[in-house]
Amino acid sequence: MEQECQKTCLHDRHVALGALMSPFAGFDMPIQYAGITEEHNAVRQHVGVFDVSHMGEVRVSGPDAYRFVSHIFVNDVTGAPDGQIFYGMMCYENGGTVDDLLVYKVNDEEYFLVINASNIDKDVAWIRQNAEGFDVKIEDQSPYYGEVAVQGPEAEAAMENILGIGVKDIPFYNFKTFDIDGEEVIVSRTGYTGEDGFEVYGSHDFTRKVWDKLMDGGVQPCGLGCRDTLRFEVGLPLYGDELSAEITPIEASLSMFVKLDKPEFIGKEALAAQKAEGVKRRIVGLELEGNAIPRHGYPVEVNGEQVGEVTTGYRSISTGKSVAMAMINKPYDKLGTEVEVRIRKKTFPAKVVKKRFYDKNYKK
Amino acid sequence: MSKVIEGLRYAESHEWVKVEGDIAVIGISDYAQHALGNIVYVDMPEVGDEVTAGEDFGAVESVKAASDLISPVSGEVVEINEELEDAPEAINADAYENWIMKVKMSDPSEVDALLDAAAYEKLCENE
Repeated sequence: MEQECQKTCLHDRHVALGALMSPFAGFDMPIQYAGITEEHNAVRQHVGVFDVSHMGEVRVSGPDAYRFVSHIFVNDVTGAPDGQIFYGMMCYENGGTVDDLLVYKVNDEEYFLVINASNIDKDVAWIRQNAEGFDVKIEDQSPYYGEVAVQGPEAEAAMENILGIGVKDIPFYNFKTFDIDGEEVIVSRTGYTGEDGFEVYGSHDFTRKVWDKLMDGGVQPCGLGCRDTLRFEVGLPLYGDELSAEITPIEASLSMFVKLDKPEFIGKEALAAQKAEGVKRRIVGLELEGNAIPRHGYPVEVNGEQVGEVTTGYRSISTGKSVAMAMINKPYDKLGTEVEVRIRKKTFPAKVVKKRFYDKNYKK
Repeated sequence: MSKVIEGLRYAESHEWVKVEGDIAVIGISDYAQHALGNIVYVDMPEVGDEVTAGEDFGAVESVKAASDLISPVSGEVVEINEELEDAPEAINADAYENWIMKVKMSDPSEVDALLDAAAYEKLCENE
């Protein structure tokens, strides 16, 4: 490794637990502890905890905070009550995606942005660069915050009974701040697994205490391996696979988060044109016949000609089926279209399906 | 500690070979199955396919990734272990009992270039 890997505040815990560690987004992160399948099932059936301290946090505050967030974010935060959270993207002028992120509305003059670890430097530069003319303060608080995600149908019980944090009255995609041991802690009902769950942001010390309590309480530690299989099964995108500077949210089949009726935001013209004219390609689901496993980058073909490629693929742990998300050219993106996926020397028949392979189980 | 069996020959890419006359029985080592984790799919050649020493003949896949299988010998595939189609995880349970393919060797002397148990054990220790 040429570049030195950063360590999260829980790194020593992962090593002590015997996790398989691997570099991800510049951090030395746990991939698995007990095994991807065991951890995946723990989250689908009970509860698991992830160290997601590598994620970035940016606080935007000041008199123009609302106007500025509206300018850089494709979703619409207008009129939202304090404590609500929005998923969406920041886009370039050409509609390509800078990053996908969560925006936490503290109040009209303060927003908390949660961004992908791999994009922290790029995002912070982009946010600052576009803040000219807005009376806002932009703070990259990524080095301060640790974060854990407690996910699964028993997440609420774990939060209440093991951590003693009252979360029952936090609705889906809302957050609350708590004063715990003299520090402000953020708890949101959000996640990246398709299950009910919470994300908890606090200092490194606090995050270590939370992790240790959850371990003592018997909660399954979960690595990035099953984080990917879980998000994939419910059709959630990963920046770098389904979204990138070259892929717009419309092409990623995420137009429901792009509010073209907003007066303005960066990328609006390009995205509106794309929506009006129709995209040339988009992300769909694929289901393969047989057991072969489609992987990122494998070609998708029709009559021997490439019409797209796999962006993420697995043997779904929850359903046992070989499924993928893939970027497919029109008109082969229609539901039910028969295509072939090239896996090494052979091709395997597949059919275009909805990119939700497993139903979400949110508590709304 | 991963298991290494005396009397088998090993490739640096972690396949093992058991020689039975001019037939080579080929599988992956215990070290390899352990490194891969839960095996969910084995992509095997078809009977009658020609394989070449040093070239891939299929793949073994864990949840997370596919890993190429490299043939330690050249020749014609005469049998594949069809049980692995429905139960690829058998390799995790016993990597030496659960072979992947049998090859009728075109040049049995290729086996001489493979590692013996002691040399392979050393290789695993250094990885």
